[in-house]
Amino acid sequence: MAGFPAPSGLHTRDHWVTLGTRFAQRKQPMHSTDDIGDPADLIACPSCDALYKAERPPRGGRAVCLRCHRVLIAPRAKAGLRIIALSVAVSVLVVAATLLPFMEIRAVGFGNRASLIDVATSFRSGALVLVSVATIAVIVLIPLLRTILLIYVLAPLVADRRPARGSQWAFRTAQALKPWAMTEIFAIGCVVALVKVSSLAHLGFGPAFWMFAILVIIVAIKDSYMCTWSVWSAIEEKR
Amino acid sequence: MITARDAGLIACRNCARAWPRHETRCGRCGSALKSRDTTSLQRVWALWIAGLFAYVPANLYPMLETNTLVGVQSSTIIGGAIEIAEHGDYLIAFIVLFASVVVPVGKFLAIGYLAISVQRGTAQSPGAQYRLYEVVEFIGRWSMIDVFVVAILSALVQLSVVVSIQPGPAALTFALSVIFTMLSAQSFDTRLIWDNAKT
Repeated sequence: MAGFPAPSGLHTRDHWVTLGTRFAQRKQPMHSTDDIGDPADLIACPSCDALYKAERPPRGGRAVCLRCHRVLIAPRAKAGLRIIALSVAVSVLVVAATLLPFMEIRAVGFGNRASLIDVATSFRSGALVLVSVATIAVIVLIPLLRTILLIYVLAPLVADRRPARGSQWAFRTAQALKPWAMTEIFAIGCVVALVKVSSLAHLGFGPAFWMFAILVIIVAIKDSYMCTWSVWSAIEEKR
Repeated sequence: MITARDAGLIACRNCARAWPRHETRCGRCGSALKSRDTTSLQRVWALWIAGLFAYVPANLYPMLETNTLVGVQSSTIIGGAIEIAEHGDYLIAFIVLFASVVVPVGKFLAIGYLAISVQRGTAQSPGAQYRLYEVVEFIGRWSMIDVFVVAILSALVQLSVVVSIQPGPAALTFALSVIFTMLSAQSFDTRLIWDNAKT
């Protein structure tokens, strides 16, 4: 970024604030305020555009935007390796949970068990097929795709190699898909379904339901290790 | 407090990297760069309206059709929740009502309010507005719960002539409504909220 002009209007020290970390609670203004330096050393809050000198907090600490309180940097020890391990576990569980029945029903001598494969084929009529396609997408396909993309992106970084081809696209896609992975909502949906028809028939949970319950916890742990900023910096540095 | 725009920079909303203003694509993550997304509110409103159009039939048409030996019974979203309450499962009835009525309606109001606030200004602090946005983002996906319940029951409750459950047209329109409002909230450039801030 040599030759980048120093913008005017950056005179007072308190314009610049290093990130306050939760543990250290430091809110020091940046030392040199006369020029902006290399934009690569800065971090701009995606939610409110506040600009900071990027400073990695100690492991386990969090750098939080002072204005909107969004977590900007949250590095964790061995995060890459742990995310990969948990992603492998998620993939295995998702595939197994798709094939096994997650609920069973019994009423006056009749019985039935349903797996997600049955859900995929249950909406037979016309436009309602879209609902079963969407259901399978947000419960199986998107979580699976996310874990595959994360492993693809993180494995070379953890091994200290150059990022894999297309890492940018892969990680961007994995992050964009995050709100559309709805495993935990489906698990609660199973509980609601159980109560809803309890007057009609007796329902029970199948093995896949408990796999979903475990999945929810593993995904939550996995997400807690994910520091987007650290991954992007690693991709940039090792390129 | 200084923003990337004040510093003559342009921030990547995806990876938080700052770039000189003339850059159009983030060199780190490959996202398109825009100092402020000027078309953001147009997309927010378009998807908001699409979501509202889908939400009306979602409440009028049946969500579930239960075929029993006695006959066919169809229930709407609210009707289904009332049935659960009548069985005494008040907690579950509350969850269903909350996820499929309170959350969607609250979401329409909240997104509409935030978009109008950005366009016309408001007395409320940016911090409070942003917190409202965060709640909408976090809670919006949970409306899908009723769609999943319908999908589960339609797959599971197929007991020959005794009882079978079929999805109703509202399952599709409700799912569309949730998807549209999620996309509407995601289209919102929250930096616009903070541009009205004094500090």
